[in-house]
Amino acid sequence: MEQLLEILEELHSDVDFETCDTLIDDKILDSFDIVTLISEINSEFDVAIPAEEIVPENFNSAKALWALIEKLEDEE
Amino acid sequence: MQRNVLEYLEATVQRVPDKVAYANEAYGIAFGEVYEHARRIGSCLHAHGFYKEPVVVFMSKQPKTIVAFFGVVYGGNYYVPLDDEMPAFRIELILNKLMPRAIICDDVTKKMVEQYDTDAQILLYDEMVKAPIAEEALQVIRDEQLDTDPIYIVFTSGSTGVPKGVVACHRSVLDYIEQLSDVLGFSEDTVFANQTPLYFDACLKELYPTIKFGATTYLVPKSLFMFPIKLVEFLNEHKVNTICWVVSALTMISAFKAFDKVVPEYLHTIAFGSEVFPIKQFKIWREVLPEAKFFNLYGPTEATGMSCYYPVEREFALDEVIPIGAPFKNTQILLLDEQNKEAKKGEVGEICIRGTSLTMGYYKDVERTNEVFVQNPLNDRYNELIYRTGDLGKYNEHGELVFVSRKDYQIKHMGHRIELGEIEVNVNMLEGIKSSCCIYDKDSGKIVLYYVGEVTKKELTSYLKERLPRYMIPNYIEQLERMPLTSNGKLDRVTLKQKFIDSKKEK
Repeated sequence: MEQLLEILEELHSDVDFETCDTLIDDKILDSFDIVTLISEINSEFDVAIPAEEIVPENFNSAKALWALIEKLEDEE
Repeated sequence: MQRNVLEYLEATVQRVPDKVAYANEAYGIAFGEVYEHARRIGSCLHAHGFYKEPVVVFMSKQPKTIVAFFGVVYGGNYYVPLDDEMPAFRIELILNKLMPRAIICDDVTKKMVEQYDTDAQILLYDEMVKAPIAEEALQVIRDEQLDTDPIYIVFTSGSTGVPKGVVACHRSVLDYIEQLSDVLGFSEDTVFANQTPLYFDACLKELYPTIKFGATTYLVPKSLFMFPIKLVEFLNEHKVNTICWVVSALTMISAFKAFDKVVPEYLHTIAFGSEVFPIKQFKIWREVLPEAKFFNLYGPTEATGMSCYYPVEREFALDEVIPIGAPFKNTQILLLDEQNKEAKKGEVGEICIRGTSLTMGYYKDVERTNEVFVQNPLNDRYNELIYRTGDLGKYNEHGELVFVSRKDYQIKHMGHRIELGEIEVNVNMLEGIKSSCCIYDKDSGKIVLYYVGEVTKKELTSYLKERLPRYMIPNYIEQLERMPLTSNGKLDRVTLKQKFIDSKKEK
């Protein structure tokens, strides 16, 4: 989780990612961020997020995104 | 001879009044209503005495906004689109430049506009479309209107920190729409999905062919460009067959392997531009849509939309760049070397544009206009302007024009044109900042900002978000003890670029 928060803070140092759960709804993340996130997650955690998991629910909070990463790691 | 863009609408409304012209996820507007409401808005502006002046359209992105554009033109004025997602400081700069007397708002932006120091009268869209139609006045306005009168002003990034307002007239837009439609093969059956914001000239590609042919344009919700499968599903749901998008919107779909799950069923014409299309991604698109036509487009706002096109037909190697091809009919490209002579075959030169597509320069800014709209140096016999793009290009062995690089610090990021200098100017204005330097890492597509000063990254980011559009906010920020300088005492951009590349490797 720490690692993920670091990646997120690199993108927006002014956002509190530990508590925010409206990253998509409040337009905090944009398409460039999503693209960056997915590629950084891929290189940091060695998991590829499949297209069907690239949906708003999985990106609305750091927690949800972390849950997705853990799920994908388990599946491997 | 057609003199006015609205003649498109007037011919089409006779044919297909009930067909949907513009729609978003919430509602659609038919041509009959576009026509009627635009004329009511024009009449309303006339009744208030607004004529031959800039009228700001400050509305969220929706079909009504487009109707407001046409309404402004019916009233004999020119529209200046602003958007509710623009940062407040930028809007302030633009309003200060324009000093508009009228601003058209929707319910949301009406509340936002109160924070600005403007004497302009605020007009509500929903009220304006109830105004009575002043038939006679609209006719007089039309008779007086020339095809060299402006239609719109759109603002682009300026290196001094002040955005530049590019003024375009009917004749340039008509010329562009005719040539573009011819090349891309638009028709009444065309169904567009618009991606670009309405406050740039990029949206001309959809807005005007729609009224010319009686086609339909869907405005794609911005959030869908983060979610590839939903985006393709949107295209299928609305039977979209034509898209003119920035490259990053297309590669987002292919790179995330959305095509494994869902494929665009109706898409047959794909135009892209403003950025290099990585061949690997392009091949994925072509494989999924082997029958579709693909076009690379190139052009600066100053020459009205796009100036060059290239139908991508032959095979490309992974390290090749898709050319920008050749100019549209009635436009000429001159490649000029540093001596202002035509560059020799295969040599790099500055891309300069000649033709009706040239806009009228920057609003209330003679100085910056005259720097780039200049007498054709190859012609000493009569007045003839060319536009110097600042882009460097050359012809490849097939005789196709290829974009090489920029002359200065302007970049293209996510399809947006950005002056790195504008970011630096804004950073430097923050108290506590000693110096700053912005570079662009092409490889990762990141805007990188280095700064020296007593300011945290957090403070800097939230400050910048108030002043700059989202796409201009640096993607990576680092505080330095000292700025590297060249032997001449200038910011050492080369060292900083290398520094960023090295830091990526360490990871």
